[in-house]
Amino acid sequence: MQKIMVCVKRVVDYNVRVRVKPDGSGVMLDGVKMSVNPFDEIALEEALRIKERAGGAEVVAVSVGVADTQQQLRTALAMGADRAILVQTDAPVEPLAAARAFLALARKENPDIVFLGKQAIDDDANQTGQMLAALWDRPQATYASKVEILGNKAAVTREVDTGLETIEVDLPAVITVDLRLNEPRYVKLPDIMKAKKKPLDTVTPEALGIDLGQMLKVVKTDPPAQRQKGIMVKDVAELVDVLKKKGLIR
Amino acid sequence: MNKILIVGEHDGAHLNPAVAKCVTCARGIPGGEITIALFGADTAAVAAQAAQLGGVHSVLRIDRAENAHPLAAILAPQVAALAAEHTHVFGPSTSFGKDLMPRVAALLGAPQVSDLMAVESAHRFRRPIYAGNAIITVEADPARKLVATVRVASFEAAGVGGSAAVASRSLDVALPSHTRYVGAKTAGTDRLDLQTAARVVSGGRALGSAENFQMLFRLADKIGAAVGASRAAVDAGYAANEMQVGQTGKIIAPEIYIAIGISGAIQHLTGIKDAKTIVAINKDGEAPIFEVADVGLVADLFQVVPEFERLVSA
Ligand SMILES: Cc1cc2nc3c(=O)[nH]c(=O)nc-3n(C[C@H](O)[C@H](O)[C@H](O)COP(=O)(O)OP(=O)(O)OC[C@H]3O[C@@H](n4cnc5c(N)ncnc54)[C@H](O)[C@@H]3O)c2cc1C
Repeated sequence: MQKIMVCVKRVVDYNVRVRVKPDGSGVMLDGVKMSVNPFDEIALEEALRIKERAGGAEVVAVSVGVADTQQQLRTALAMGADRAILVQTDAPVEPLAAARAFLALARKENPDIVFLGKQAIDDDANQTGQMLAALWDRPQATYASKVEILGNKAAVTREVDTGLETIEVDLPAVITVDLRLNEPRYVKLPDIMKAKKKPLDTVTPEALGIDLGQMLKVVKTDPPAQRQKGIMVKDVAELVDVLKKKGLIR
Repeated sequence: MNKILIVGEHDGAHLNPAVAKCVTCARGIPGGEITIALFGADTAAVAAQAAQLGGVHSVLRIDRAENAHPLAAILAPQVAALAAEHTHVFGPSTSFGKDLMPRVAALLGAPQVSDLMAVESAHRFRRPIYAGNAIITVEADPARKLVATVRVASFEAAGVGGSAAVASRSLDVALPSHTRYVGAKTAGTDRLDLQTAARVVSGGRALGSAENFQMLFRLADKIGAAVGASRAAVDAGYAANEMQVGQTGKIIAPEIYIAIGISGAIQHLTGIKDAKTIVAINKDGEAPIFEVADVGLVADLFQVVPEFERLVSA
């Protein structure tokens, strides 16, 4: 294990209740707290644990996005990544565009594993890892809840609709992680100080020779349908009564 | 003309109920001709089921030993090859479809619409973002192929009564050997399927242990319900991972959803938005679950669940 690449996305913090702009042009992002996508923290944690167990390996955190994404990459460095690369752009980045950027970085860096979160909690697309694996022509192991490195292979247990599934992939491979893979470490203040000195490079899409062109146009953003206000019942007898009357139970 | 290819999920014996919902979604595309592709070692039985779905034009069987287990790396190049004859490629938004479809999209250089919840035209769709806190309308370029995963909870199942032509297809596609199936650990099949059950009883962190969770299984058995769980309950080991409901678990649309000891975090609520009736039992009257509940009861679950079970008839 020489090198692990971890893709990190800057997203609205999961505690923020996102609201739609009244004119339907998008969601309100002004002054909203931004964080590392929670799944990507789990991805990074796994990379760091593999590095620690192996007694070495370089962990490179990468991202595509606006200049401020440096904040999230600094968090990744504080968690323990060795260096970071930002493909900087102000344009919206669709999953296939992100995958193209990560492919360009993977071809340069030649990592043994690329870790990503299974989805980003902003667009909930759940695409980028699989797309990168396709473009890179390498295996994918999505929704990982356990990762075992066995020389130049990995055995990955995946969370699927019917339970758990285990697959074996040759390295290099793309692994996307699920919630129960690990619990990410907390960043301590001295680590934040140390992270300031770690290398964080910025490159342009043009320098990588990639086109981040958009293929889907968002024409409108609406709030979700609201549910009608319900009723409160005083005890179970009344609850059962109401449900029986509605024909929902017998 | 729009030609829609649906990648049909199945387990060799049964077509996944999600496929019938993908068919309904595809039928929303004007002038669409629907083909279901089935990949497996032997898809004869499931092909017969797929052929009955109303509105399906044809069913393609791609039987090959390598297709015995649905590995995205193996299936994607085959789906991409078939896609040459189609304008749209759809799969269900299940763990099968979510894993496979983006790999297909990337091979095609096509965009993917994830969790497609409404079709407005052949190239205009609606889908949720931010855990369902916003719904976007997206437009795709008609000159390109479009890949989508279909949000199963948004569509009714297509009825049977069709008689589509079934054909076997052999594809001249080289398959990689870098990805191998090892094994699976699946839950007992004696329980109702969470994704298709009309009734669901679901428990949260408040249950406190796997033993206490049995209380919910007993109630569920009595009323004929599947059992779900919040992430907190799954993380704590009270319930199995496939029972998780929510943004990163299953998105369901039962007739009735009974949330017991679940606070109603936004990530959980996004999984139950389409439930017809939501019942909440929680001892905290301020819990956010009551904001979406149709019927709410402020009570200690340990007192009321056994009584609930007694009061309903089997
Ligand atoms: C990236 C990300 C993804 C997530 N995805 C999901 C997801 O898919 N699904 C999901 O569910 N969550 C998800 N979560 C987690 C979510 O934010 C909540 O933490 C979780 O849903 C809380 O579960 P809970 O309601 O069981 O627990 P709690 O929030 O702890 O609520 C327990 C509730 O039980 C009540 N209670 C306690 N004792 C009793 C009693 N004796 N009788 C009655 N009521 C009682 C309490 O009042 C409280 O309301 C995700 C979080 C993140 C960050």
